[in-house]
Amino acid sequence: MPLMPQKPATIFGSGMVRRATLSTGLLAGLAMLLAACSGGTGDTAAGGDAVPVGVLHSLSGTMAISEIAVKNATMMAIGEVNAAGGVLGRQIAPVVEDGASDPAIFAQKASKLVESDDAVTVFGGWTSASRKAMLPVFERTKNLLWYPVQFEGNECSPNIMYSGAQPNQQILPALDWAKKAGHNNFFLVGSDYVFPRTANLILKKHMEAAGLGVAGEAYVPLGGTDFSGVIARIVQSRPDIIFNTLNGDSNVAFFKQLQGAGLTSAKLPVMSFSIGEQEAQAMGPALVEGSYASWNYFQSLDLPENAKFVAAFKAKHGADSTLTDPMVHGYLNVYAWKAAVEKARSFAVDDVRKAAATLGTFATPMGPVSFANNQSLVQPALVGRLKADGQFEIISTSEAPIQPEPFDQLAFPGQTCKH
Amino acid sequence: MEGLVLPQLFNGLSVASLYLLAALGLALSFGLMRVINMAHGEMLMLGGYLAFLTLSLVPGTGGILLAVPVAFVGAALMGALIQLTLVRRLLARPLDTLIATWGVSLILQQAARDLFGAVGVEVRAPDWLAGSVQLGSMAFPTARLFILLATLLVLGALALLFRTTRAGLHIRAVNQDRAMAAMLGINVGRVELMMFALGTGIAGLAGVMLALLGPVTPTVGQSYIVPAFLVVVLGGVGSIQGTTIAALMLGLVSAVAQIFVDVSVAQLLLLLFVILFLQVRPQGVITTSSRALDG
Repeated sequence: MPLMPQKPATIFGSGMVRRATLSTGLLAGLAMLLAACSGGTGDTAAGGDAVPVGVLHSLSGTMAISEIAVKNATMMAIGEVNAAGGVLGRQIAPVVEDGASDPAIFAQKASKLVESDDAVTVFGGWTSASRKAMLPVFERTKNLLWYPVQFEGNECSPNIMYSGAQPNQQILPALDWAKKAGHNNFFLVGSDYVFPRTANLILKKHMEAAGLGVAGEAYVPLGGTDFSGVIARIVQSRPDIIFNTLNGDSNVAFFKQLQGAGLTSAKLPVMSFSIGEQEAQAMGPALVEGSYASWNYFQSLDLPENAKFVAAFKAKHGADSTLTDPMVHGYLNVYAWKAAVEKARSFAVDDVRKAAATLGTFATPMGPVSFANNQSLVQPALVGRLKADGQFEIISTSEAPIQPEPFDQLAFPGQTCKH
Repeated sequence: MEGLVLPQLFNGLSVASLYLLAALGLALSFGLMRVINMAHGEMLMLGGYLAFLTLSLVPGTGGILLAVPVAFVGAALMGALIQLTLVRRLLARPLDTLIATWGVSLILQQAARDLFGAVGVEVRAPDWLAGSVQLGSMAFPTARLFILLATLLVLGALALLFRTTRAGLHIRAVNQDRAMAAMLGINVGRVELMMFALGTGIAGLAGVMLALLGPVTPTVGQSYIVPAFLVVVLGGVGSIQGTTIAALMLGLVSAVAQIFVDVSVAQLLLLLFVILFLQVRPQGVITTSSRALDG
């Protein structure tokens, strides 16, 4: 029997009219449902003069493992600011949207937040693919995105505040640490998109300059779960450390299959750039125990501000919840925006942006930080080793906060921020 | 490069066995009923979550052995439900089945998201499944050996079913000539229900195997459904033998390609391979003849 029925009557026959009305009805019902849902998030926080801001993270798909937690931390900061009287006397009305781990959806939702919901600013994004997709929206609408995650640099838009680490605040300190620890043959594995590819390009330039060996390099599509080929290559090329820029739940499959091949952390250490406490807990700490990570913040950081932050989050989200570096960046972004708005006495993007760069040092759960002129954060770099309880033991800390450098001079010589 | 050939051949077999388990159900339902079940990937997902639940209640070796029948029966029941409520009523309208089962797939994904959260869950397999067997210089992960064995058992069971049982005879009869079989007194509706449930049950079983290698997420089925469709098309629609050969071909092509290129490029080469193959042999590996299901 052919797939297409011979008599079109079976598809478009007598039933058509009835089904058309039925489906129109269904669509109308669906539209009403959607309207009810989206209306619900926007107007909850306060009355008429609340100021709308967007919160845009992946609440579904492969990145949900990481981004839901950042959304929660951002929402907690907004809640705290509202409880303390809001911004310039106005309550913040967060509009939460799901980017669904899909850059195209991030772009759509960003333009919805700015153009339909009149968000004065947006907090969100994780993958660089999502940021690259949102960037034209924020430049076109002259709005401002607060981006909370470490990234590959090589970008400097006036419409984005980059609080996550630049390469010289995470990747390169990790390389310095590995070099000092005696590792000299590196295998680079990453998800196949802009961050891992650019990060590894920078790493390879610096490895070449330092006379270190690159045993191999492999990429797997974002969300991919088959690492058999990658692991066969790792086994064959005999590196002494893996630098891992995989994102999302691909990491679970990678570590599981690494373990299956007999490559435990003791035999072959892994340094990860996108695994924090929360991912470690979701993956089961036993699977990643003994592996390394480089961030600007660890939950185990011994600071009074951090103890307060951790306690507040646990009170809200349960005693077994964990805190990660991007969560702290998402949290401090809200406070930095509030401080900048109040310094500028305006919600206008240009005023806020200029005020943010001149705020000076402010206290955060990760210690005192400040925004530099290039709209990136001046912050220290840390290296941690994962313990059995899912927490990191901090084994290396940069001597002082590091100035952010968006353009690595070995990989992108001569390029600088235009503003 | 030479050192990679043997491990990659083994990995190719391993990937092929997963493709095959995911594709068998599609091949059965498409071969017999010309129904393209878009919710097939969600049967893998269902099997994965059932394995997760079983292993949370009964940890260890007993758990994984119990998870296999639980996932099979669970996914088969879900398949039977879909067949009775949707597919059966839409048999004369193949395009509508496509849309209806796609809808079911979205509903099931969202249901999983609501029940288990958008973040994936991890199946804690017993220790002997997390390690590897060392043979010479090569390490064979036990999970992958387990999956290979399970696939062989499924193939053997299917062959026995089709060749030696009365139910198998009925299935072959319906496949050869639906109208004639009905006239000879075979309950065609019941045979189709059984077939559909069997296909989704095998997919549920495949879900257990996937859970041994990676996280179980609401969309876990999506990454295997496209290769599974490729396997069915390449194999020649409705032939178990063809499906098996096609799964082997695709698994090996993708593994061998990965010796030279990245996974992303390997996927591209895989698609190119399928297109070229179908140019040369549009009917697939095995032509769907009247006795096609007679493995």
